[in-house]
Amino acid sequence: MLKVEQQQPVAFSSALIVKCDEIVKRYPEGKQKSALLPILHEVQAELGWLSDTAMDKVAAYLNILPIEVYEVASFYSMYFLKPQGKYMLEVCRTGPCCLVGAEKLMKHIEHRLGVKEGEVTEDGLFSWRGVECLAACGYAPVLQIGPEYTFYENLNEEKVDELIQDLRKR
Amino acid sequence: MARKLLLEHINVPGINTLDVYRQKGGYRAVEKALKTLSPDEVVEEVKKSGLRGRGGAGFPTGMKWSFLAKPEGVSRYLVCNADESEPGTFKDRYLMTYIPHALIEGMIVSSFALGANTSYIYVRGEMMPQIRILEKAIAEAKNAGYLGKNILGTGYDLELYVQPGGGAYICGEETALLESLEGKRGNPRIKPPFPAIAGLYGCPTVVNNVESIAAVVPIINDGGEEYSKIGIGRSTGTKLISASGNLVKPGVYEIELGLPVEEFIYSDEYCGGIANGKRLKATVAGGSSVPILPANLTLKLANGDPRLMSYESLSEGGFATGTMLGSGGFIAFDEDQCIVRNTWNFSRFYHHESCGQCSPCREGTGWMEKVLHRLEYGHGKMSDIDLLVDVSKKIEGNTICPLGDAAAWPVASAIRHFRDEFEWHVKEPIKCLDTNYGLANYAEPIAKVEVTTGN
Repeated sequence: MLKVEQQQPVAFSSALIVKCDEIVKRYPEGKQKSALLPILHEVQAELGWLSDTAMDKVAAYLNILPIEVYEVASFYSMYFLKPQGKYMLEVCRTGPCCLVGAEKLMKHIEHRLGVKEGEVTEDGLFSWRGVECLAACGYAPVLQIGPEYTFYENLNEEKVDELIQDLRKR
Repeated sequence: MARKLLLEHINVPGINTLDVYRQKGGYRAVEKALKTLSPDEVVEEVKKSGLRGRGGAGFPTGMKWSFLAKPEGVSRYLVCNADESEPGTFKDRYLMTYIPHALIEGMIVSSFALGANTSYIYVRGEMMPQIRILEKAIAEAKNAGYLGKNILGTGYDLELYVQPGGGAYICGEETALLESLEGKRGNPRIKPPFPAIAGLYGCPTVVNNVESIAAVVPIINDGGEEYSKIGIGRSTGTKLISASGNLVKPGVYEIELGLPVEEFIYSDEYCGGIANGKRLKATVAGGSSVPILPANLTLKLANGDPRLMSYESLSEGGFATGTMLGSGGFIAFDEDQCIVRNTWNFSRFYHHESCGQCSPCREGTGWMEKVLHRLEYGHGKMSDIDLLVDVSKKIEGNTICPLGDAAAWPVASAIRHFRDEFEWHVKEPIKCLDTNYGLANYAEPIAKVEVTTGN
């Protein structure tokens, strides 16, 4: 049977609308579609992920078709099309990081959190995934956590354990 | 100590603020360009400097600028490419983090030269902290009258904005970047028309790398001719090198082009040698896209002369025995690293990042990843090695943008120089799972190099 997921309606905060209004002003008249990527970042920062209803709202706001939002959101790797843990640990898995132990680190994170790549821990706090080069190869291994994309560099297993504990306490 | 133009004041506390940056001579180039030079004179200085694009292609920046179409009544744009995603490259992140005003100042001077009144810095989305830093720096510059209407009373107007990307390597390709900046998927455009004729919103546009734009500042301050005296031959000026991998001191270094590779790897002023007392096995000298070289060919040309860090010396010998300077992403591999595994890793990267427009790249990168995966995990056949070469040749040159070439070169070059290691993975399917081929005959292999022409 076809399963149609009922998505909850979403509301954008007034602060988010103000931010969007400010972003749109950066582009020439009629080129408001340029605001799509930055606005999707703002929406994801507020809601945690991009639901269909959230994307439809963005389309209406920018006066473009919903498909124009979907095709962009699904192209770029930073946008989450399903809910994630509150803290998404994104570990760089590309060459230079692997030379200094990124793969071992990902195994450790999987073991420590008890969930596979892309899954969410039961308490809803954590997810993790491998991502491609984060342009911090000299400080490898590295991971980042959105929505502000704070960087954690020169990692080892102890540092990751500490980080996870700190995040739990927040 | 070598001359530093971009990172001279990097260790000065507070250099990320406008006040300290100005105390150290910052924004002199804006004063000089806007008050004493015409836009064409600025372009002329950049041409004289011999500056070549620092993003990877190495195309002369001044020449790129001079191609910009200038039809009456049509806006022109300068877009800074800060979508730094080439594996092994992290110099732009470094520059933007620690000395953001160098980029802002370069953007003002360059925009003035090109007659752009609105300019964008397209920063990869993951660099959110750097986006905040740049936004703060722009606000400071605006307060001080370096941005906005009638800059320094000269009548020149410029608005500068930061645009975040969405996490796509392909947006480092300039036409994909422009598509992305227009709010679309990052699919590269078919050229011509080039962006200089029809770029952002169909208007004439120049896209330049962060480091290229920052280099315009010392060029204007000291004159293009002074700049061209630094370096060697057609590789003028200084270059930021991102050093990573198994090095004692990985990090970003500013070098004068022409520095011997050996000095760069082993001297204490730079990388300080190979970490943990190991020996060097191989390097990727210019970001993951350029051909990998074994240690011997990294340090010396095929004729035994020392290899230098310059566009020409690194590409000496073509792909048979040379590589490219690329973006300056210098990755060092020690004797314990597995070339097959690394090649598979890079192939996965290109498969993941292919935009999917051209079938040779979309399908070919996936095939290469699959074949390399089975070789790495001991399920490969001897014929797989030539199959990989065959696939890589069918991608190379057959795609709209250079991502196809960038995906093909690392595979073809790894097999060219390390074929015995690939064969070992087929012959020793169990052993290769937990041991590495090691240095094997690459320790003193300079005498073994056979120079063949072509691929």
